[in-house]
Amino acid sequence: MIGRHKHCIALADYSREELLEVLDLAVSMKEVLQRPIKKVPSLRGKTVVNLFFEASTRTRSSFEIAAKILSADALNWTSSSSSVTKGETLVDTARNLEAMRPDVLVIRHAAGGAPKLVADHVACSVVSAGDGAHEHPSQGLLDCFTLREKLGTLEGKTIAIVGDISHSRVARSDLFAMTKLGAKVRFCGPPTMIPAGAETLGATVHYGLREAVEGADAVVMLRIQHERIGDPLIPNTREYSKLWGLNQKKAAEWLKPGCVILHPGPINRGVELAPEVADGPRSVILDQVQNGVAVRMAILYLLAGGSPPDGAAAAAKA
Amino acid sequence: MNAQDIRAAVRRLARDVAERAKAAGAGRDLAIVGIRRGGVFLAQRLRAELARELGAEPPLGTMDIALYRDDVDQKGAAPVVGPTDIRFPVQGKTILLVDDVLYTGRTVRAALDELVDFGRPRRVWLAVLVDRGGRELPIAADFSGGRIEVKEGEDVQVRLVEGGAAEDAVVVKPGRGT
Amino acid sequence: MSDVLFIEGGRVIDPASGTDGVRTVVVRDGKIAEVAERVERPRDARAVDARGRWVTPGFLDLHVHLREPGQEYKETVATGTRAAVAGGFTAVCAMPNTNPVNDDTAVTELVLARAAAAGLARVYPVGAISKGSKGEELAEYGELKAAGCVALSDDGKPVMSASLMRRALEYAKAFGLPLTVHEEDLHLVGKGVMHEGAAATRLGLKGIPAAAEEVMILRDLALLELTGGRLHVAHLSTAGGVRAVRDAKRRGLRVTAEVTPHHLALTDEDVAASGYSTDFKMNPPLRSAEDVRAVREALADGTIDAIATDHAPHSPVEKDVEYDAAANGIVGLETAFPVCLALARQGVLSEKRLVEALTVGPARAFGLPGGALARGAAADVAILDPAAEWVLDPARLHSKGKNTPWKGRRLAGRCSMTIVGGRIVHEEGRAER
Repeated sequence: MIGRHKHCIALADYSREELLEVLDLAVSMKEVLQRPIKKVPSLRGKTVVNLFFEASTRTRSSFEIAAKILSADALNWTSSSSSVTKGETLVDTARNLEAMRPDVLVIRHAAGGAPKLVADHVACSVVSAGDGAHEHPSQGLLDCFTLREKLGTLEGKTIAIVGDISHSRVARSDLFAMTKLGAKVRFCGPPTMIPAGAETLGATVHYGLREAVEGADAVVMLRIQHERIGDPLIPNTREYSKLWGLNQKKAAEWLKPGCVILHPGPINRGVELAPEVADGPRSVILDQVQNGVAVRMAILYLLAGGSPPDGAAAAAKA
Repeated sequence: MNAQDIRAAVRRLARDVAERAKAAGAGRDLAIVGIRRGGVFLAQRLRAELARELGAEPPLGTMDIALYRDDVDQKGAAPVVGPTDIRFPVQGKTILLVDDVLYTGRTVRAALDELVDFGRPRRVWLAVLVDRGGRELPIAADFSGGRIEVKEGEDVQVRLVEGGAAEDAVVVKPGRGT
Repeated sequence: MSDVLFIEGGRVIDPASGTDGVRTVVVRDGKIAEVAERVERPRDARAVDARGRWVTPGFLDLHVHLREPGQEYKETVATGTRAAVAGGFTAVCAMPNTNPVNDDTAVTELVLARAAAAGLARVYPVGAISKGSKGEELAEYGELKAAGCVALSDDGKPVMSASLMRRALEYAKAFGLPLTVHEEDLHLVGKGVMHEGAAATRLGLKGIPAAAEEVMILRDLALLELTGGRLHVAHLSTAGGVRAVRDAKRRGLRVTAEVTPHHLALTDEDVAASGYSTDFKMNPPLRSAEDVRAVREALADGTIDAIATDHAPHSPVEKDVEYDAAANGIVGLETAFPVCLALARQGVLSEKRLVEALTVGPARAFGLPGGALARGAAADVAILDPAAEWVLDPARLHSKGKNTPWKGRRLAGRCSMTIVGGRIVHEEGRAER
């Protein structure tokens, strides 16, 4: 359990204390990653199943490594290799997997709300590895962890998130977590990529990159999809890159000293980030990846470490 | 035990450890690991005393054993994990594990499992302030500040000023059940 | 069963005649014989005690999906009309998006035959605007009218081609048929699944802007002006749409409009609060608070002529899936009265207006008989208990569809008895299936 949560599906549902619980635990988990033997027995005998309906080697591997370091058994189930292509519904797939008694189901799906639908039908804990444009809680948490490490605290800091906000679950998770931890969030992108009601969610909106990143303590660059058939939001990536891409010159002139650059990956080098910036001194992208394992270890430990509350499994089945 | 007894016990422990270390030729290879949370302040005090006895300060680390507990299935929520901080190489060292109270031995068992994941020590010694008996595993203290006889269900607590207590004391609290 | 019904002690609300007070209603030989304050009880009459109840003309629903032929697993004419009379509806208009689409005599006659066999609510079939509702060629309106269709619609879809819509409005003039239109520009809708706004953004679901409905209404009003036909806007849900209809009426165009109970009662925030429940997914989607305010005002001031449920039963196969993949629609026949009564109690509209929008309002919009307790008219009567409190148990709904956002909720207001053509076809408390 994380606070009162049996699942890890949406950071919008977490209180500030619950977010800090995960971040503080991730500190200890990160220390384990520095040891010569990167293995602790805490989740021995537990099973973590990765149920990924959207391709993703990085996030899936990150969860798999996290599970294995905790001595849990990890199983990968990708949609192309399963009965889903034969038309089995999401709920049926999850129920079939659950019959094999996993302790945690990690789900990535293209439809917002899919992890919640699964959580309503299974007895084990469910972790969302990203559902449509809704949330990507472990990414939001590892971004906060990285920023806390680099900036000391999130309290009073200004974070700019740049890119296709309207389609980004990372932007939403980041926004919900960062504002709860005391940061101010700026959304930046072309008007077509800013979702309806963005201000009501607690972010300020900026169409200009310069005004969004000036004075910011950190900048999160989002990946731009090369093509969006049927409903193009930008004329092409060339114009996007000129106006909203971050290159060496802009970074040097507009970013304040100490400002760090994040990206959830994979990077479209040359589109949203110039290679020199992606690999440059301000970039903490590789830290994000390492912190991702620590944060996912913390999530799995909190949900699967310990015994389930009495009768919870039986009650959930009924 | 009162504050005076505790101070004397720590000095005695340090002397015995130093003597044994010198006899084994391990005076230079000694390192101290305090088991969280009760062993941490004690380990710091021992280190200060050992610095005097050995002429050099041995390295000090702390270890949290939550991730290695064997009773996770009965506990309900996953146990809270604190920081482990061991910055020296464990390989080949004489490690002095320090805890405040030795009881069932399960904490030390977990600490040993965690310690060897850091490297293969030359030898491990266990120093405790209080041994209250009641062992459930074949674990013994190499150095002990004293034995205490208590009834089952009673709780033995070591309170030190570094932890906020008014003065050092070893206190026995009536049972709160298993 | 006696041929004479003596309904006494009830509050008769008959907006067509302006009646609102305690009256006795006598039904004889399937017709309304008398509505008066003091009537002597005929000896052979069956007495119906309507004290504490409302006695109104049977409700008329302009927008119902009976799913037969082709999707009988979701609903049939029999189960749909059973649900209708349980909700106080004595007549329903059956939308043509069945399988096959009702674009010819055969399907129209099948629907009417099933309705006659069920012997419950009257069914007025609605024929398709285009063949197969494909939006390419006109269907045979003359045939459809002769077979019994009372209106035309490609419901479920908009008529995207403006030129086809123009010709449809013109051609339908020859037959006096109104076009009831599902207004949305599919290009603006895209892959949207709920109202575009802050709630959709929080849920990470693709949004459908209100403008998608408004641009289509504006287009069709311009075509209406050009052709002089008859247009009825189905399930009006946006403030912009309301503005356009109000303006058109002021200018004298022959346009009417309907609104669903759920668009009067719920908003997009209710979708968010439900945690992605597909019982809150329909098209048009639940809108913003501002849109709901607008349609409420429009219903109260007459800009909207009728309340129509858009009763859309689905099976769990279509609904127990992730939100993006779920079918659109909720059932509404059995919840319309309590949901709208709650609105009347909140002061959104008067009780008289509520009854009007369910009876004479829809009748006039489509030029249908009924909707009034006039002497000599067919005896289609609803007896409603405004005080009855009940908890909605989906298993006990008469419709095959259990997809309703009011599952498990406590509701106030229920239909006690429904009479069609002088026959009692529904009586609350009588166990029958």
